[in-house]
Amino acid sequence: MSKIKFILNGNAVELDVVPTMRLLDVLRNNLGLTGPKEGCGEGECGACSVLVDHQLVNSCIMPAGNVAGHEVITIEGFNKQSRYKKLADTFARAGAVQCGFCTPGMILAAEALLNEVPHPDEQQIRQAISGNLCRCTGYSMIVKAIKMAAEEGGGLW
Amino acid sequence: MVKSFFPVNLAEAMAFCKQKNICPIAGGTDLMVRNHRGTGILPAFSANMLFTKNIAEMNVLRREDTQLFIGANTTLAQLIKWQYTPRLLRMALLEMAAPAVRNVGTLAGNICNASPAGDTLPPLYAMDAVVCLQAPAGKRELPIKDFITGPGKTVLHEDELLVGVKLPFLVLDNELVFYKKVAMRKAAAISKVSLAMRAIKKNGYIESVAVAIGAVGPVIVRLPAVEVLAAGKKALTQELLKNIYSEYDKAIRPIDDVRSTAAYRKRVAMNLLQHVYEHCIK
Repeated sequence: MSKIKFILNGNAVELDVVPTMRLLDVLRNNLGLTGPKEGCGEGECGACSVLVDHQLVNSCIMPAGNVAGHEVITIEGFNKQSRYKKLADTFARAGAVQCGFCTPGMILAAEALLNEVPHPDEQQIRQAISGNLCRCTGYSMIVKAIKMAAEEGGGLW
Repeated sequence: MVKSFFPVNLAEAMAFCKQKNICPIAGGTDLMVRNHRGTGILPAFSANMLFTKNIAEMNVLRREDTQLFIGANTTLAQLIKWQYTPRLLRMALLEMAAPAVRNVGTLAGNICNASPAGDTLPPLYAMDAVVCLQAPAGKRELPIKDFITGPGKTVLHEDELLVGVKLPFLVLDNELVFYKKVAMRKAAAISKVSLAMRAIKKNGYIESVAVAIGAVGPVIVRLPAVEVLAAGKKALTQELLKNIYSEYDKAIRPIDDVRSTAAYRKRVAMNLLQHVYEHCIK
């Protein structure tokens, strides 16, 4: 065990965990944050996506030791921000949410993109969510939702 | 009990490396998958873990005249953005994994993973990359082809770290590059076959050609003795091309596995070779 300190959704946390423990398990089991989901468990489906220093990462293949000293944002932290409210609104209006399992990851992938590219084209959107699998929507509604957020989100990104 | 260590410089890391049974970990995108046991269960690492992300010397990313030094902690995403990243390498990086993996996974990790299908390996072989290794006893540098010896196998010693990668940096108007990855889908796919080509042409003459093929054998296939057959030529005659292809035909020995068949890999590799020798460098 080691003491691992990091910022989680804006608050400093200090945990006793084995540094090779998966960040996903730490978030879900030690911290009770169940927004990040376990899909494939090998970094291919994006259901476990979180932001580390505002970069999209797969928490299922990130050792907890690698977030020491960094800032982690999960959907539970992001959903207090106005950027989230815009994305949630456009995802709902575009029909981009069906079962919802991929949605926390998709929203954070959208945020990671818009944070760097406020007005992405369709190809950039598709690339940005290329590591996030959705088995319900066929992606087109998700792409549309992100495009709508970029268009309507004047000044948010 | 597995110990974990977070050195902030190479001197501290070397002190830790003197113990036996060390597993260096940077982004962990390969190691965490390989050691995964199940939800909520500690991954199966049995070695003492050396977390490299804070080692200052491994966070360097630098251009020195005609050479690039890529510190071992450099992520794939950082390399996509870096202004000096060679075009051929960037082509491979853009088709590798997906954004969340590229934000964490490293070039050095892809090299140490030593997969015959490693996406960055064909470009690195085609550019004659050199790996920089450091052990408590001293440092050494090796061409990448001498570092990787088989699937998952390298000559890295138990107490040694790969600290960085050196690449030639040449700005050339007459540089021709080609990269093709053949896989099931565009994102998050492992190659069935991949090929990287870099050639220099001057005044209509082929000065040099480098062709590296991935996932068609235990290590990346590159045949310098065949490449030189094309050097100095203005055009490649049918007879010469026949000789070149027959050498590749002998050297390419793929296998059947979950991703593809030996026959498919062989056919696609030969087609790609024909494309680069007859169209790209024509």
